[in-house]
Amino acid sequence: MDAPVIVPIASRPTTARTVGRIKPQRVILYILLIALAGVFLIPIYLVITTSLKSPQEVDLARIWVLPQSLRLDSFVFAFSTLSPNLINSLLLTVPATLISALLGSLNGYVLSKWRFPGANIVFPLMLFGMFIPYQSILIPLFQLLRSLNLYGSLWGLMLAHIVYGLPITTLIFRNYYAEVPNEMIEAGQIDGAGFFGIYTQILFPLSLPSFVVVIIWQFTQIWNEYLFAVTLTNKASQPITVALSQLGGGQAIDFSLQMAGSFLTALPTVLVYILLGRYFIRGLLAGSVKG
Amino acid sequence: MRLTRDRLTAILMIMPSLILLAIFVYGFIAQTAYSSLTDWKGMSENPIINFIGLKNFQDLFTTILNYRFRVDLINTVFFTIFFLIACLGLGLLLAILIDQKIRGEAFFRTIFLFPMALSFVVTGTVWRWLFAPSSGLNTLPSVIGLPALSTPWFTDKTKLFTFAGIDFSKILGGLIVLGLVIFAIILWRRGRRAPAIIAGIISLGIIGGVLVTVPIASTAFNEPRYGLNVAIIAIVIAATWQMSGYTMAIYLAGLRGIPEELREAARVDGCNEFQIYRFVVLPLLQPITLSAIIILGHISLKIFDLVYVMAGDANLQVDVPGINMYLTSFRGNNFSLGSAIAMIMLILVAVIIVPYLTNTFRAENT
Repeated sequence: MDAPVIVPIASRPTTARTVGRIKPQRVILYILLIALAGVFLIPIYLVITTSLKSPQEVDLARIWVLPQSLRLDSFVFAFSTLSPNLINSLLLTVPATLISALLGSLNGYVLSKWRFPGANIVFPLMLFGMFIPYQSILIPLFQLLRSLNLYGSLWGLMLAHIVYGLPITTLIFRNYYAEVPNEMIEAGQIDGAGFFGIYTQILFPLSLPSFVVVIIWQFTQIWNEYLFAVTLTNKASQPITVALSQLGGGQAIDFSLQMAGSFLTALPTVLVYILLGRYFIRGLLAGSVKG
Repeated sequence: MRLTRDRLTAILMIMPSLILLAIFVYGFIAQTAYSSLTDWKGMSENPIINFIGLKNFQDLFTTILNYRFRVDLINTVFFTIFFLIACLGLGLLLAILIDQKIRGEAFFRTIFLFPMALSFVVTGTVWRWLFAPSSGLNTLPSVIGLPALSTPWFTDKTKLFTFAGIDFSKILGGLIVLGLVIFAIILWRRGRRAPAIIAGIISLGIIGGVLVTVPIASTAFNEPRYGLNVAIIAIVIAATWQMSGYTMAIYLAGLRGIPEELREAARVDGCNEFQIYRFVVLPLLQPITLSAIIILGHISLKIFDLVYVMAGDANLQVDVPGINMYLTSFRGNNFSLGSAIAMIMLILVAVIIVPYLTNTFRAENT
């Protein structure tokens, strides 16, 4: 069952493969595609080759030259510097993702199957929360967390990510559950299932695809986030993005360290994207609201 | 009985989320709005806070100290325009290329879209180096033996189309009122009389409020001139690298949604491939373009981390309101002025997002 939120990008069947003569337009098409792909990969080439050089080998004028030998020094150093922050990011991202997904699923269930008076107004008001510039709530959020003694800890940051993640998770689940026929809900009610029975026995088992979409989306968003992270944490609780932005600065910028750090920071979300790209795209498209 | 109890449970289950969002979104915005009307400074436990009306906003638009904020607004306008053109153009091109029944489609799609999975912090760190004046892209020509370039990228101090200080509050207020009036006219023509009248009244209220409360003041005339900072282009390139895959994905979804029969019919009518795109495909992609403009536009209005990581906190050529708000509030401890900047950012975003949400849900509910 597909998430109804968006039009899945299915590959077209490649029927029009002309046998024999190759058309010049096709050649130009492929040259253009390969050239563009090359341009998109330039930064990746630089990240990988530079991070494999030793700091002494990084020559500003000759950065495009391949490394003489593969040196893992920068990776080892970046990893040892960033590992506490990697752990912070994991401790933050995993619970925040799961909690906001679960709450979003319950909200989506209520909004699609138990429409209450005013739901048509409440839902857009919820969604507005995912578009606001977070600067407009940052000072009160900072004040609240400080008065709750959550400022500077991962707990405060986690709370912020859960709350501001609710609009998008609710949106994806609501649109998904809206496609489940109401007859199934009614059949469940005739069988004596209540609010929770219908959820656990009918909807939840059907929700696996949208849980994957939501979990990937939230994981990526929270892992990559910077504004909350830099404002609400202290040295000990900094997530990886904040640590990366401060890595290798100082007097002489250590580029190989920065590139190795960038690689480590990007690795989890890029792996998720490569392995589960289909679901990543769905989350991406759901974010543009189209109900 | 059973049904009503379940209905009650349903409302109880969604309540915690609604209460949290009510506090964290609307409560906090109200608090920021109030702070922006005070002189709250400092981190002390019990600060003395006085209500000073619209003074902060007036200062932002008039005093020499806040020249930076006005540069931020101009940077944001130019950044948004170039970023939208680049993302939409490149995204559409990529989508059309990939839609040509090519081999290795998944491979190309993956390459063009993967920057979306990265943090703006990673993008900023990597592109900071690519744009380093004595290294990075400037030395790329030397790979094939050509002399290195000396483009200053985001440290470029060049300003184009320069102009002297003018009263920004009038321009900004004018734009907001214009947006509201257009919104009201659209609503009116769709027969939604009541909301149209409300939007009309709000815009009249803003005009009246501004006329009554904000004294006609112009900025100090000895301040530096404003203009299009060429350095912005470097940020646009990095942001486009990251976000054009998103435009490609939604255009691709749109292209795949166009039935093959439509193209076939056009072909039978004698259209060539180019004409099919010009007269059949592109008109059908218009609604998608509109949502892309709104999503990308609101991202560029609130952009912060990419610019902050790339160019730091003191590069006025590429500065944006998001950075200014962060520094004013959390480095300068000037919470009231920071709140005022945040409110202006919120208004800019709301002007494009509120009509979008209203429209989407109107269509859904009828």
